[in-house]
Amino acid sequence: MIVDGSEGSLKKFLADLAPVDQVGADSRAAMLATRSIKTTSKAWAIDMAISMVDLTTLEGADSPGKVKALCSKAVRPDPTDPTVPMVGAICVYNDMVKIARTELNTLGGKDIAVAAVATAFPSGRASLAVKKLDTQDALNAGANEIDMVIDRGAFLSGRVGEVFEEIKIIKQLCGDKAHLKVILETGELVTYDNVRKASYLAMLAGADFIKTSTGKVTPAATASVVLVMLEAVRDYFLLTGNKIGVKPAGGIRTTKDAIKQLVLVNETAGPEWLNPSLFRIGASALLNDLLIQRIKLRTGHYASANYVTMD
Amino acid sequence: MSRLDVNKTYKLFIGGAFPRSESGRVYEVKGANKKFIANPSLASRKDLRDAVVAAKSAHSGWANATAFNRGQILYRIAEIMEGRSEQFIDEICELEGVTSKAAKIQIEEAIDTWVWYSGWCDKLSSVTGSLNQVSGPFYNFTSPEALGVVAIFAENKPSLLGVVRTLAPVIAGGNAAVLIASESYPLSAITLSEVIATSDMPAGVVNILTGKSSELAPWVGAHMEIDGVDVAGLSKKQEEELRLVGADNLKRVFRFSSINHPDRITSFMELKTVWHPIGI
Amino acid sequence: MSGFEYANAPESKAIANIDNSYGLFIGGKFVNPKKGKSFNTINPATEEILSKIGYADRLDVDLAVKSARTAFTKIWSKMPAKERGKYLYRIARIMQERAREFAVVETLDNGKPIRESRDTDIPLAAAHFFYHAGWADKLDYVGLGNKPKPVGVVGQIIPWNFPLLMLAWKIAPALAAGNTVVLKPAETTPLTALLFAQVCQQAGLPDGVVNIITGDGVTGAALVNHPDINKIAFTGSTEVGKAIARSISATKKSATLELGGKAANLVFDDAAIDEAVEGIVNGIFFNQGHVCCAGSRLLLQENIADEVLEKLKKRMSLIRVGDPMDKNTDLGAINSAEQLKRIQEISNTGDAQGANRWSPECKLPSKGFWYPPTIFTGVSQSHRIAREEIFGPVLSVLTFRTPAEGIEKANNTMYGLSAGIWSDKGSKVLWAAKQLKAGVIWSNTFNKFDPASPFGGYKESGWGREGGRHGLAGYLTSDVKASK
Repeated sequence: MIVDGSEGSLKKFLADLAPVDQVGADSRAAMLATRSIKTTSKAWAIDMAISMVDLTTLEGADSPGKVKALCSKAVRPDPTDPTVPMVGAICVYNDMVKIARTELNTLGGKDIAVAAVATAFPSGRASLAVKKLDTQDALNAGANEIDMVIDRGAFLSGRVGEVFEEIKIIKQLCGDKAHLKVILETGELVTYDNVRKASYLAMLAGADFIKTSTGKVTPAATASVVLVMLEAVRDYFLLTGNKIGVKPAGGIRTTKDAIKQLVLVNETAGPEWLNPSLFRIGASALLNDLLIQRIKLRTGHYASANYVTMD
Repeated sequence: MSRLDVNKTYKLFIGGAFPRSESGRVYEVKGANKKFIANPSLASRKDLRDAVVAAKSAHSGWANATAFNRGQILYRIAEIMEGRSEQFIDEICELEGVTSKAAKIQIEEAIDTWVWYSGWCDKLSSVTGSLNQVSGPFYNFTSPEALGVVAIFAENKPSLLGVVRTLAPVIAGGNAAVLIASESYPLSAITLSEVIATSDMPAGVVNILTGKSSELAPWVGAHMEIDGVDVAGLSKKQEEELRLVGADNLKRVFRFSSINHPDRITSFMELKTVWHPIGI
Repeated sequence: MSGFEYANAPESKAIANIDNSYGLFIGGKFVNPKKGKSFNTINPATEEILSKIGYADRLDVDLAVKSARTAFTKIWSKMPAKERGKYLYRIARIMQERAREFAVVETLDNGKPIRESRDTDIPLAAAHFFYHAGWADKLDYVGLGNKPKPVGVVGQIIPWNFPLLMLAWKIAPALAAGNTVVLKPAETTPLTALLFAQVCQQAGLPDGVVNIITGDGVTGAALVNHPDINKIAFTGSTEVGKAIARSISATKKSATLELGGKAANLVFDDAAIDEAVEGIVNGIFFNQGHVCCAGSRLLLQENIADEVLEKLKKRMSLIRVGDPMDKNTDLGAINSAEQLKRIQEISNTGDAQGANRWSPECKLPSKGFWYPPTIFTGVSQSHRIAREEIFGPVLSVLTFRTPAEGIEKANNTMYGLSAGIWSDKGSKVLWAAKQLKAGVIWSNTFNKFDPASPFGGYKESGWGREGGRHGLAGYLTSDVKASK
């Protein structure tokens, strides 16, 4: 047992973790961003990125129509090109889960997961009872994945036991029906030491994936933060034999951004993490840029946004 | 008929943009030959307020840029000024009534002054900072740090050089500036702002107002977000009044002689001393 | 297993206009060597000849020094300081404009990865000129009194590891201080110096202020021994540095010497481990380990040694060795056959003396000069690989138990150029910095250079400093030092 779940044991474990030097971490992330990914490797990376996209809509104004259009996009990102892979998942609020699941199944996307944000996303400010209900609702509606948020207030005020418990409870609800992504909201944690600690806390409590952000706060998935989280899953695997996934979300808008993420994975956690079961990218506008870049690689010309669908 | 010139409109320079005065007022500027040249904006206290807001918001990014980067931008200003020499010469001749030879000397000195201060940015703390040998197992160092927002009242003449030798040292140290040009000789200041706007200078670091120092000085003196003032263009009486009111937030107020000196940079800077123990 | 292989990402060579041959740059013009001798410079990654380079012998050296002296007496020492500064600003700006061209030529001639030339060497070189341009008219503030004077004509000899950057470190402060120079680039890397000569022409620099004479060690000796040189500035091996010190002992010449090192990189148990691993890798594998201040001795606190070595080995297997012109290459070619031989020779003593060698699997190209990134564990202080400068991508790993022991081992060397400290505890970092006998101490970072930061060594790592306010001292006369 690495930790026994008690506040004391958790605190000790977290305190024993090696510190992160911010300037050093930034500099490693910056160096990896200079990798030049061209031609065949670019083509491979684009398709891999597409298959890793958690195509997301999390707006107050979301409607059945919007969600259905998104599902259509998820299954067939480029209507003119059947070779384009399907995305990894659809990510919606939990009252849209049923609509999404039904639509995806209808369109031939039964292999595309529906991820629901839960636990009073994005703020996480609600009672545990509400958070459990929120999660159960999504599971009942057919969600295959739950993206929960940690209680940042509890974390920042030192109540790591509470954060741990909450994740454990939500994981229990998920059972084997759904995989659990734990959103750390790195923009609110601020320091890389906090990101490292929260990553371990989430993994120890049972997370299947650790996720950077809700997308509602900036900064979100900066290269340095993703680097620190990839180091955490790498080292956690050595410690326990369990492979935990990583999902950056927020601010990844262009193909260049996405490819930089894949390079980070490749040279930090390693090639085994380069598949959708261990790495996802939470995004919306990114998909169209990936498609445009894909067209360019195929045809040799810069494509225009007119040639990809607005959904 | 010979070709008609397209005359320039002289507006304020605030937050990287060229707005007119919110008051809608302008005033007449005549050349040395008493002929009309332009109607530059007559800045109001609200324009001043807006300029200070712009300066305040730009200040921290500018102060946190690397000194090397600041030096590069100041040097770029010199490059662009050099390219616009003729325009400055024409303006100076028309306004001050001096010969083009004298105007040329002025612009050359102005450009060389920018270059001089540009070269100070990344050397300042190695000359004015120090590692202090305290008695005890402590690392103790002192380094200069930018003050914040500095207001400048530019001298009447020389109308371009006077602006440059007060403005360059203020921003070399990482401060943001609100410069009030000379009432009678304002035009070079606005043309300079055009140079600054095209020199990679982040918006809001330099703001230039044209108007009456008699009207603006009291507001500058009382403004609690202005940290320092160079009173070159104020009369002795105006300076005293400003110092009196400025005492409310202990403004750092200075009047300098005309020479170039790193003291003009450090006068508008704070000194921070840090202690750190040395031990295992 | 993974499909994420990085396809070739070559930088285009088209931008590099390398002439078939180059003369010597003397008196503002390219001239043929008096005896018409020449030698070839090659690309160490492919062994192909890049250009035919003029060979300067004693007569050519004399011409260059005369040209420098004339320029000093008639023009440069009379010129107002701010105008001198403006020439340096021009040079800096032109270097920035032609940055890509310089980077490509540097990589072709030296063998270092294009990413390093592009992102490190060239920008730093331009920055050195920019920084020193600003000193030209501020010499009163250097700390040597009012109106310090230049020393006169300076002979400068630079190494092959950072050709353009070393040129910038020498020429920028020399000119800013009012001196004129005769500079001899390294035999295997003359090209960017010759390109620099073109930049001097484009900047309108008065004839003779900068002279570039290409050649070998004999050329260098002729320069050092020339009677009309006032000062020598040399970067290179300790052995040659000592020879220079001997040559000038009975003369009035002063010298700054930037020589070898065998820097210790100390990793304490409270270090930020992942960043320390990056720092270790950077410390010894950056620039193929051809770095005088390389962190070539890793001193690990014993209680974290295993963990760090595990991570280090994993990290080393990510190092991409190969074509320097590929933008993804991390470790380029060894600069010459001679240097490769030297690396092999000393490293082999590691095996012979009982240390344990490890390298990740690398596919090395068939042509050119290559050495895989290598670590030796089980090294003791007496091993040759712990004492001698290898100047290649070879790291010797030792351990220590207490901070005091770490410091003692770190200082137990005739060198004293640089050192690294990895600890998250501020007071410990400052304590270690105080104890270490090295001229440049990097805490929680490594191989960081800046024109504003003085660089130079203790003990047999040399004399004097380069960069910063202190670096100007070597190029100015002071009130108090007797002119020998």
